[in-house]
Amino acid sequence: MTKLLILLVLVLAILAVAQLARVYELTSKLRGKREEDISPADNRMNATLWWVFMVVYYAFFIWLIWAYADEMLPVAASAHGEEIDTLMNFNWAIILLVFFVTSTLLFWFAGKYAYRADRKAYYYAHNNKLELVWTVVPASFLAVIIIYGLRTWQDITGPAAPDALQVELYAKQFDWTARYPGDDGMLGATDFRLIDGENPLGIVTKERIAIRLAALAAEKAGLDSLLQHAILPDSRAEEIRDRIAGIERQAGRIVNLRTLMEQDIAEKGEASAYMHGADDVVTKEFHLPLRKEVLLLIRSRDVIHSAYIPHLRAQMNAVPGMTTTFKMVPTITTDSMRQVTGNEAFEYILLCNKICGASHYNMQMPLVVEDQGTYDAWYAQARTKPFQAPPMAVAPTPAPPAPTDSTAAPADSTDATAALKP
Amino acid sequence: MGSVATAPHAHAGHAQHHHEESFVSKYIFSQDHKMISKQFLITAIIMAVIGFMMSLLFRLQLAWPGESFALSEFLLGSKWAPKGVLDPNMYMGLVTIHGTIMVFFVLTAGLSGTFSNLLIPLQVGARDMASGFLNMLSYWLFFLSSVLMLASLFVEGGPASSGWTVYPPLSALPQAMPGSGAGMTIWLVSMAIFIASSLLGSLNYVVTVLNLRTKGMKMTRMPLTVWAFFATAVVGLLSFPVLLSAALLLLMDRSLGTSFYLSDIHVAGEALDHVGGSPLLFQHLFWFLGHPEVYIVLLPALGITSEVIATNARKPIFGYRAMIGSILTIGFLSFLVWAHHMFISGMNPFLGSVFVFTTLLIAIPSAVKVFNYLTTLWRGNLVMTPAMLFSIGLVASFIAGGLTGIILADSALDIQVHDTYFVVAHFHVVMGVSAIFGMFAGVYHWFPKMYGRMMNTKLGYVHFWLTFVAAFGVFLPMHFVGLAGAPRRYYSYSEFPMFEGVMDLNVLITLFAILGGLAQLLFLYNFFYSVFRGPKAVQNPWRSNTLEWTTPVEHIHGNWPGAIPTVHRWPYDYSKPGKAEDFVPQTVPLEHGEAEEHG
Repeated sequence: MTKLLILLVLVLAILAVAQLARVYELTSKLRGKREEDISPADNRMNATLWWVFMVVYYAFFIWLIWAYADEMLPVAASAHGEEIDTLMNFNWAIILLVFFVTSTLLFWFAGKYAYRADRKAYYYAHNNKLELVWTVVPASFLAVIIIYGLRTWQDITGPAAPDALQVELYAKQFDWTARYPGDDGMLGATDFRLIDGENPLGIVTKERIAIRLAALAAEKAGLDSLLQHAILPDSRAEEIRDRIAGIERQAGRIVNLRTLMEQDIAEKGEASAYMHGADDVVTKEFHLPLRKEVLLLIRSRDVIHSAYIPHLRAQMNAVPGMTTTFKMVPTITTDSMRQVTGNEAFEYILLCNKICGASHYNMQMPLVVEDQGTYDAWYAQARTKPFQAPPMAVAPTPAPPAPTDSTAAPADSTDATAALKP
Repeated sequence: MGSVATAPHAHAGHAQHHHEESFVSKYIFSQDHKMISKQFLITAIIMAVIGFMMSLLFRLQLAWPGESFALSEFLLGSKWAPKGVLDPNMYMGLVTIHGTIMVFFVLTAGLSGTFSNLLIPLQVGARDMASGFLNMLSYWLFFLSSVLMLASLFVEGGPASSGWTVYPPLSALPQAMPGSGAGMTIWLVSMAIFIASSLLGSLNYVVTVLNLRTKGMKMTRMPLTVWAFFATAVVGLLSFPVLLSAALLLLMDRSLGTSFYLSDIHVAGEALDHVGGSPLLFQHLFWFLGHPEVYIVLLPALGITSEVIATNARKPIFGYRAMIGSILTIGFLSFLVWAHHMFISGMNPFLGSVFVFTTLLIAIPSAVKVFNYLTTLWRGNLVMTPAMLFSIGLVASFIAGGLTGIILADSALDIQVHDTYFVVAHFHVVMGVSAIFGMFAGVYHWFPKMYGRMMNTKLGYVHFWLTFVAAFGVFLPMHFVGLAGAPRRYYSYSEFPMFEGVMDLNVLITLFAILGGLAQLLFLYNFFYSVFRGPKAVQNPWRSNTLEWTTPVEHIHGNWPGAIPTVHRWPYDYSKPGKAEDFVPQTVPLEHGEAEEHG
C-alpha cells in the first residue's frame, strides 16, 4: 500500500513538472521566444550539468569499486584462474585508462564549448594525420590485448595431461550428477536410451542393455494386451499404437547399440569404452583433489545447461548430444578458502549458467576441493555407496510447478507392466 | 533561410499534388513514407512502453524476491502472479519477451522503420520510397507481428520463455518448460513475419538510396544518417534471412519431427527419437543474425547522432569520409564476429580464437567514431537542444559499453563473465542505452519535420537528465553484480549465499529503473501533447543544411511542392569561414572559387 502511495506521489510530481514546463512555455511565448531558440541561460545550465554529471558519475563509479571490492569473487582457486585474473587486471588497466580519458574529454568539451553568440565554431573538417593516429594507436593496444588473450586461451583450452583425473558432470533439469572412473581409470560409454531410475546417466553395459530391453518388452506387452482386451476410444487406441511403435523403434536402436558394443569389444578388447562402465562411481557429491589436473567431461540429458564454477573461473556448456570438456587444476582447498574469505560456511559452488527452465535459478551442487588423502578417503567410501536417485528437487518458496523427475516414469511403467506379465 | 533553399524552384507550380485522400488511405493504408514513418514510431513507442513495464515487473522480483506487489497481480493476473508474487515461469517469459520486444520491435523496427523511412527520401531528395506499396506492406507486416507477439502473452502456458535467443532444445521441447508450447510457436511465427517486414523495408531503403538521389546528391554528399541507414539496410538484408531459416528449422523440429537441432535427448521420462542434430547449429544461425543485429540497432543511432551533433555543434562532422569508412567497416566486420557469443558453447576453441581476433578488430572503427565525435565537439559552438543532449549521452554510453566489450571479446575472460550480469550490463549500455538515446535524439530533432510542431524543450531537459542518470544508475552497478559471478536469467538469488553481498545493488538498480520509467512518462506526455498542441514549427528550426528542411512544414505528397532541389555541396558546411551565416544548406551553389570540403 505504501508503495502504491509512493508511486502515486511520484506520478503527481511528474505531472507537476509537466505543468511547470507548460507554464514556462506560455510565458516564453508571451516574451516572443520560440521553442527552438535555446536561451544562453539554458546553454549554460546544461553545460554545467555535464560537468556536474561527470563528477557524480566518477564518484559513483569509484564508490562502487570501494564499497563492493570485498563482494567480488575472491582470488582464483585454480591454476588457469590465476592466469585469467592477471589477464583481467591487465585489460581493466587499459580499459579504465581509456574510459577516464575519453569520457573526461567528452564531458569537458560538452561543458566548455556551450553556445555563445559571440563565438563561431572552428571549421575543422578533417585531418588525415590525426585520423591515422587514432586508428593506429587503438590498433596497437588491441594487438597486445589479442595476443595476450589468445595465449591464455590456448593454455586453458589445450589438451589435458594424459594422466588427468577424468570426472563427468552430468546435467539435467534441475540438478547435477558426477561420475568418477573406477579402478580402470576410465569412464565407460553411455547412451541416453539406457537411462532409467537405476542408471540415470545411461551407462552402457551388457546388463543394462538387457534390463532396458526387458523393460521395453514388458511395457509393449502391457500395451498390447490393453489394446486387445480393453474397450478404448479411437484416439486413445491411436495413442497407444504410436507408443508401441515408439517402443519398437527404441528397442531396435538398443539392439543396434548392442551389436556395436559387441563389435567394439571384439575389436579392442579391454580398451573398448564399453568395458569400463560397470565400475564407474555415480554420485551426487562433487569432490576434487588439490593440485591434480582434472578433465571435466560435461554432458546433458535434456536441454543446454552450463557448468559454471565462479571461484575456479571455470565454465563450459553442457549440450545434449555431445560431450564438452574443461580442464583445470584446483589450487586452494575449500578449508583454505574458508580462511581466505573469513567465512566458515564458504563452499565452492557448481551452478547452472544457461537458462534451462523454471528452476534454473536453483540448479547447484557444492564442490569440495581437498588434499589428496582426504579425497582418496572420500572416493573410497563413495564407491561403496550404491547410487541413490535423489528426492525430487524441491524448489524454494514460492513453489514453481514441481519439475518432473524424469526417472520416475519408466520405473513406474516397468512395475506396472511387470504385473501384466503372464 | 527557407527562401534561400526553395528559391530556384519558386517558379514551379504549387497545386499539382492536391488530390483528396480518404481517411483510410491517408492515415491507415498510407503509402506515403512520412506517414509510414509515424506509424512505425507510434507502434514502437507502444511496444517500448510494454517492454519497459515488463522489465520493471521482473526488476521488482529481483530487488525484493518473493515479496508481494499488487501491481504485478494487477498486470499479470492471479495465474502468473499469485498473491502478487511473480511466478518463475512468467519471470522467464517476461525476460524473454522484454528482450524480443526491445531488440526487434523497438530498436530495429522503431529506429530504422521510423527514421530510414522519414529521412532517406527527404535527405536524398526523393518524392517517396522506391516502392510505396512495399513500404506500406512492411509496416503492416510489422504491425501484425507486433500483435501476434503480444497475443502470445495470453496463451495457456505463457509466452516463449527460453530467453530472447530461444536456444533449442529448451525452446523446442514443450516438455521442458511450459513457455515452449503454444507461446513459442507464436513467437516463431511472429518473428518470421517480422523478418519479412524488415526485409521489405530494407530492400526499399537500399533501392531508394541507390536510385532516387536528386541531382547533385553524390554518394559522398549524403548525410551520415543516410549512410548509416543504407549500411544498416544492407546488413539486415544479408543477415535476417539466416534468422528466418533458423526459425523455420526450429518450427520443423518442434512440429514435424525433424532433428536439425536435437539429438540424444531424454526428457520427461522418455528418450526422444531425435538423433544427429546439433544445438550448436542453431546458435551459429541465430548469431549470424544476432550479432549483426547489434549493429542494425546501433548504426542508425550513430547516424542520427552524427547529424544532430554536427548541426548543433555548428561545426562540420570531423572526418566525414572516415565516418563513412567506419560505418562500412563495422557493417562488414559485423558478419565475422558472431561466434564470440559461443566461446564456451562447446565449439572448437581454435574457432574461438579466430573470433576473438575479428571481434576485437571491430573496436578500431568504433574507436575512430568516438574520437571523431570528440573532435567534432572540440571548439564547437554547442546548442544544447534536447536532441544534442541525447546525442552526447549516446557517445558517453557508447564509450562505457564499448570498452567492456573488450573483456567479453577476450575468450579467456569470457569464461568467467559469460552469461553473468556483466554481459547484461554491457549490452544494455552499448546497445540498449546508446540506441534508445539515438532514437530520442532523432525524435526530438525531427519532431518538427514529422508533426509540424515543436516539443517542449524544458521537459526535454528534465527527461534527458533523469533518463541519463537513471541509465547509469541502473547499469553501472549491474557490472559489479556480474563480476561477483551472478548469472543472468535467475529468478532469485536467495539460494546462493555467495551473492548476498551484491544483492543490495539489485535494490539500487531497481530504484533507478523506476526513476527511469517515470522519466519516460514526461517524454510520453511531451510527445503526445506536442503532436496536437505544440507550438507550430518553422521550416528549418535547427538551422540545418540538409534537404529535409527545404520541404514545407505541412506534409505534402511528393515532399516538395515544385521541382526537387539540386544539391551543390556536402551537408556539413557549418560555420564555414567567409560565410555570413553559420550554416550553408546543401542547395546553395558553391561560390566562384569556393572549394567543397568533404572530410
